[in-house]
Order: sequence, then structure tokens, then C-alpha cells
Amino acid sequence: MKSAAIARWREPSVLPGFPLALGLTLAYLGAIVVVPLAVLALKPWSLGIAGVWSALTEPRVLAALRLSFTTAALAALVDAPLGLMIGWTLTRYEFPGRRLLDALVDLPFALPTAVAGIALTALYAPNGPLGALAAKVGIKTAYSPLGVFIALLFVGLPFVVRAIQPVLEDLDQEVEEAARTLGASDLQRVWRVVLPALAPALVSGVGLAFARAVGEYGSVIFIAGNMPMRTEIAPLLIVIKLEEFDYAGAAAVGLAMVVIAFGALVAINALQARLAGHGRT
Amino acid sequence: MRPLVRLPGAAPLLLLSSLAVLGLLVVLPLAVVFQQAFSKGVAAYLAPLADPDALAAIRLTLLVAAIAVPLNAVFGLAAAWTIARFEFKGRTLLLTLIDLPFSISPVVSGLVWVLLFGAQGLFGALLQAWGVKIIFATTGLVLATILVTLPFVARELIPLMQDQGADEEAAALTLGAGGAAVFTRVTLPKVKWALLYGVLLCNARAMGEFGAVSVVSGHIRGLTTTLPLHIEVLYNDYDFVGAFAAATLLASLGLITLVVKTALEWRFADELAAFRRR
Amino acid sequence: MPLEIKSLSKAFSRYPALSDITLTAAEGEFLALLGPSGSGKTTLLRILAGLEQPDAGEVRFRGEDLLAAPVRRRGVGMVFQHYALFRHMTVEQNIAFGLQVRPRASRPGRAAIAARVAELLDLMQLDGLGKRYPSQLSGGQRQRVALARALAIEPRMLLLDEPFGALDAQVRRELRRWLRQVHDRAGVTTVFVTHDQEEALDLADRVAVLRAGELVQVGAPNDVYENPASAFVFDFLGEACRLEGVVRDGRLTVADWTTTAPADAPEGPVDLFFRPNEVAFAPADGVGVGANVLAAAVRGASVKIECKVGEQVIELQGLGQVPPQALTRGARLRFTPTRYRLFAAAR
Repeated sequence: MKSAAIARWREPSVLPGFPLALGLTLAYLGAIVVVPLAVLALKPWSLGIAGVWSALTEPRVLAALRLSFTTAALAALVDAPLGLMIGWTLTRYEFPGRRLLDALVDLPFALPTAVAGIALTALYAPNGPLGALAAKVGIKTAYSPLGVFIALLFVGLPFVVRAIQPVLEDLDQEVEEAARTLGASDLQRVWRVVLPALAPALVSGVGLAFARAVGEYGSVIFIAGNMPMRTEIAPLLIVIKLEEFDYAGAAAVGLAMVVIAFGALVAINALQARLAGHGRT
Repeated sequence: MRPLVRLPGAAPLLLLSSLAVLGLLVVLPLAVVFQQAFSKGVAAYLAPLADPDALAAIRLTLLVAAIAVPLNAVFGLAAAWTIARFEFKGRTLLLTLIDLPFSISPVVSGLVWVLLFGAQGLFGALLQAWGVKIIFATTGLVLATILVTLPFVARELIPLMQDQGADEEAAALTLGAGGAAVFTRVTLPKVKWALLYGVLLCNARAMGEFGAVSVVSGHIRGLTTTLPLHIEVLYNDYDFVGAFAAATLLASLGLITLVVKTALEWRFADELAAFRRR
Repeated sequence: MPLEIKSLSKAFSRYPALSDITLTAAEGEFLALLGPSGSGKTTLLRILAGLEQPDAGEVRFRGEDLLAAPVRRRGVGMVFQHYALFRHMTVEQNIAFGLQVRPRASRPGRAAIAARVAELLDLMQLDGLGKRYPSQLSGGQRQRVALARALAIEPRMLLLDEPFGALDAQVRRELRRWLRQVHDRAGVTTVFVTHDQEEALDLADRVAVLRAGELVQVGAPNDVYENPASAFVFDFLGEACRLEGVVRDGRLTVADWTTTAPADAPEGPVDLFFRPNEVAFAPADGVGVGANVLAAAVRGASVKIECKVGEQVIELQGLGQVPPQALTRGARLRFTPTRYRLFAAAR
């Protein structure tokens, strides 16, 4: 008879291989994720608390963090209506080429970031087709915070579309039909029935887009222009600090990014849980 | 196909707007890659691809992916077997840890290896004494790539295997199959398309990864530049045709991945985790 | 007895799933484990299969300690509730699986396996379906494939978990008769789990009734049906009416009806159980329990009468012998249960 102590932490199972699979999983996760991230969490403190504080409150660092987080948030928020529109079009209408369009949504996932970065730059540079167009009306796109925003918009779009699509498809047709029989107009139906049901998925999609955008590097650095204090993103600052062999400083910025992003995600998850609690059918 | 919802007047407008957004934001950048690469003719396109540094970058990219992807695939299978087939305390924590690499910046994913193995890193002095080089060498590129792409296979397999349940495995046991036979003859065939799907995405990301490898590479031409880094080097040298020519290779990889992925989704939707409920 | 289960207990995280089960089955016997959901019947079956380990107790099969043997060496054929067919294998491959995974020394040759598969396809009336995949089969066909797969390994014991649970009523009845034939032909000791009392009573040689992890009664179907050991068994084995009554000094009183109590009746407050069709009706001024008719429904010769005795509502069934005046709402009638059982009530 197996001892009860083993049953405490795991339910007995007849399937073989648990020790091997668990051991492999833990060893791999430990070596690849846990130990490296533990070092990231510890390294900055070699500067002392005051040292970490001054490393993070350095104007250049503050400016970079501000730029990364605000443009990421802005891009994720703008992705919401765009993604909603595309997701709606893809799930609710039948038209030739719908499946092709659906596949194209994943392009930002599939295109390596460096490729996206130079392509966006070529488009939005002052001599690029779209950049020249914008320059005519006096808007600077590439090499400005707007360029960073465009790149992050590109990166985040699929997250929103893919988050809401399954919910839109699953949305009980009967509920909508019931709303219609109760005399709701099309707009009322969308506003009062569809959107609330969609809200949790939309929030989680925006959260994913934001998380990705905050850390994004490849697609941004080419279009950003990387001017200190103006268009320098936080990940780039880490690279610069590493090139100066300022490991602790780089780790401080890295840790700050992880902590702030984590805090934002916790808040987003809480919001999503609240919305999900309300919208449950 | 579900019955369509009528939204009078809005449908054409929504369709056109969606097309415009996808076209401007998503399709145009892809088109511009090829347009720029061929802007000076086919010969000018081919020349930079035959460059020894470019060939070395391609070889290195393939090598890194060839190491990182199988390791993450094996890990994905082990993690899925652990999490989807057994009940134990700490499962949720394990899932969170597996997802973690997706929510940290690729640059941070590179940084951590420098902190560990860089010249001034935790084990820097030790490695120097032994004459082992990890940062600015292939090993570092592999480690950074593994960290960034770690969740892909596991994330695809875990929900699918949880969904499928363990009844078939239990049935195989009662029929006299041993552990190895259960895994290779029952579990593996059941998840093979999902495994392929995860490997495909993992590979695309591994070959295209830029931020994490950029940090650990040191950009030594012909030695530690993968294809994405090679693009950056050429671009910063104002060799735009060369950069875009190299970019067409990665863009094609992305397109092929997209096509195969879409084909898998159409053909085997009910054997892929993400599409089970559709 | 070839199958002996002794003092078997099993608890999941908090609640007990089985407590102190002792049960046997004869060679070639068809034993039903009957109980509502959560009664522990499936857990017991899974312990026999080796898919769960008990906390205490003993299971012997032909004298051998079954619990010591790992699942794969028990030689037990199990048919899962949802069949658990290998979805990526054809019907033939499913059936052949158990033979193919044998160690090389005891593995039959390719031709022998093919012959066995063909024989089983024939026995299960699955001819022509061998190349199909499970997803291309109907529920009843899948059920038969699952049974064929379990029988292919020539099991020493056959275990069936709710074998008809996922099928519709029509298919269920056909398969039931057919399963019994297969059992009789194969002669394998069979244990099957069901929550359907009709299924258990129809099919099994013996029925073991479980409730909340405890074995409450074992016996031949008719014995259990005729002599239920408790109110629960009476209620669970068929339609039942319950009336509250009291036994005092050898007299049973139910509402306004008093009669001589059976010799073995418990003293004090009792629950009187009877089948709704085992009643004799009498006019309002006759003898029996007085009841007010709430509603009556006539279906040909049979009648259902919903009526109120005191504060209790029961539904009686009659076959033609009901006084016509009782068939109106608000009418008063009297009835006496022709056969009933008394159980001490915890009031």
C-alpha cells in the first residue's frame, strides 16, 4: 500500500512516467527560466537600494520607461477598436477572400521583428511612401514617438483580434435573437448585448498586446531613431547599458520593466475577472 | 457557417475599413520588403545572399534553431505529460512559469544570460578560467533562443491533452500496454498535429528572434550573427538592398509558416488546442 | 469464489468513496454494481481494473492478489463509459492493439491477430466496419468496438462502466439483450456498473446495490426487488410511494387506516413503502387510506392518480379497477397497499 504522505501532494495515478516527466520539466524550467530570472531579480541590488533608485531616476532612464509604457498602452488601446472591427468583420460576414484575410491577421506574429522593423521604417521614413505623405501634412512619423507607436500598433493587433474572435463565434445566437425579438435595434443589440459579452476577452487581448508592446525591440529600434530622452525605448537602454558593461544598471532597468509590466497585467487581469463576473450568461 | 447577422449599411463600411487597416498596417510592410529587395534588379538581389557572411548567418540560424527547437519540443512533451496527466500540488505555479517567457521582453531574455555568463557575470570569471565562452558565442545564442521560445510547444500541447483526457491511455494500460507503448502508440499519435503546430511556431520564432540574440551575440560577423542580426548589420551599413534581400528569406519563412499553420488549422482544427471549441 | 473483494476502502481527498466493501463473484457470473451517482460504483470498478488503488482491503482473483498486479498484467478487459477508443486508429487497429503490445514471446503472429480481429468483428456484428475510424461510427457501433477490443485479449474478467450510458433508449434495449448473449457465449466473469435499476435487474445474475460508498444489499435481481433491505433500496429499485405511519402494540396506523402490523414490523414511527401499482382501491365509504384526488390521467386501461394523503402527495397507478368517480379532481377515495414494507423512520 502506498503511504498516505505521497497522496497528500499528488493524486495517485496508474499512468507511468510522472517522476521522469516532472523531473525533466523542473530541471529544464529551473535552468532556463527560474535561475536566470532569479539572477535578474538579485543583480541590481549590488548597487544598493540608493544605487538602484538613482539608476532608475536618471532622466534618460525615466524618459525611456515613460516612452515604452505610454506608447505601449496607447497602441494597445488603439488596437482595441481596430481589432474589434476586424474580428467582427471576419466572424460575422461571409465574403470572398475571408479566410485569406483571416490568415493575414497573424502576419505580425509570423514576420520576424527585425524584418518588420526595417519594412516599417522604409514605409514611414521621410522618403518612404507613407512617410512622405505624412510629411506633406506636417506630421513626422518615423524617427519620432509616432513611429514607435505605429510599430507597436502593428505588433499588438493580432492579439486583440485573436482574443475576441472565438468569443464572437461562440456568442449565443439566441441571445442576440432574443434581444431582437424584444425590440432592440441593431445598434442597441451590439452595444448592450454583444459588447458586454465581449468585454473580458477584449480586455485580455489588449493586455496581451500591451505586454508584448512594452518589451518589443526589433520592430521598434529601426523606426524609432533612438534619440536619447525622445525616442529611446527601455529595452534599447538595457542594450546600451550592457555595451557599457553596466550590468547592474541594465538589470535594474530590466527588473523595473518586469515589475511594472507585471503590475499592469495584474490590474488588467483583475479588470477582466470583474467584467467576466458580470458578463457570465 | 453560422447564419450571418445583418447590420444594414454597416457591412460594406466595416469590410472596407478592415481591409484598409489590414492592408496599410500589415500587408504593406510585407510587400515593401520584397519591393525594396528587388529595387535594383534580380542580380543586385542575389549578390548579397551569396556573400560568405550571409551564408554563415544562414548556417548559424539553422544551427541555433536545430538545437533550440527539439529541446523545447521534448520539454513541451514532458511538461504536457506532467501537467495534463497528473494531479499534484503546484500545477498552476508550473503553468505560470512556463508562460513567463512570453511576458518578458526579449531583451531581458538575453540580458539574464549576460548576467550569468558575461565577462562580469556571476560565472564570468569561472568560465574565463576554464576558457569556455558562452556569451558572444553560439551557446549564448542557443540559450537566449531557448528561453524566448520555451512556451510554444508546451502551450499548444497542455490544453489539448487536458481536453482529450487520459481515458485512452488508461484503456491502453488495461489492454496490456507498457509505459513506452502508451506514450508512443496512443499519446503521441493523438497530439501529433498539435506537436507539429507548436514546433512550427517555435521554429519560426527561433529563426526570426532578434532582441534576445542581439544582446548575447556581440555581432561578430560571420561568427555570431544570425540572419536577423545580419539584416541589422547590413541596414546599419546603409546596404539597404542587402538588408532587404536577407529579409526576404525570413519573410518567406514567415509566410510559409503562416500557410502551413493555416492549412493545419483548416484540416485538423479539432486536434489543435486553440481551435477545439470552434 | 474466483473474485473476492474483502473490506475494501478508498477515500478521495476528503470524502470517502468506498467504505468496507466485501463482495464476491462466481466464475462466469454477471454481476451488476447498481447505485446512484457518487455511490462509489465506478471507483470500485476502477479498483478492479487497477486504475485506482484502494486505501485498505484486499482483492483476490482465483486466489491471486489482484492489487499487487499492475494494470497491464491483470488480464482485465475494461469497457469505458465513453468507450475510450483510440481515435487515431481504425476499428481493426483498435481491436488488435491489446495483442500487438504483448511482449514478443507471447505475441501472436500477424495472421493470428488478423484472424482474431475478424472473428471478433463477426461476433460483434461489425463486419465491413474494420477500416473505419471511431469518429465514423454510431454510438452503438463504438460500444461494440470497445467490447471487442476488451475481449480480444481474452480477459479473465470483463469490466463494463455504464456500458449503455451514452446511448439512446432504443439502442440501449437492443444492445442489452445482445450483451447478455455475448456474455453467455464468452463465459467471462463480468462486472458492470449502472445507475439504471431496470438494466441491472434485467441483465445481471446478481445485483450489488451501493449507496454513498457502502454496500447496502447483494442478491439475485428478484430477491433484491422483492425484499429490499432498506427504504433506500426499495426507493431506488423502482417507482415507490412512501407514507408516514406508526406501529404501536402490533397495530399499524397510516392516516385514517389501521390494520394488523406484520410480525417483524419495527415499533414506533415507520415509513411505509409500496409500489404505486400494488394497491387496491375502494369507494370513499370503504376501507383503506383516505385520499383526496388532485389529478387523474387515463391512458387506455391504465390510470395515474395524483392524490393527497394528509399533507403528503403521492401518485398511484391503477389498471381498470379504479372506481370511475375517483377520476375527478377533488373526489375522495380509499386504497390499501396490497404489498408493502415498513422501515423504521428517523423522525
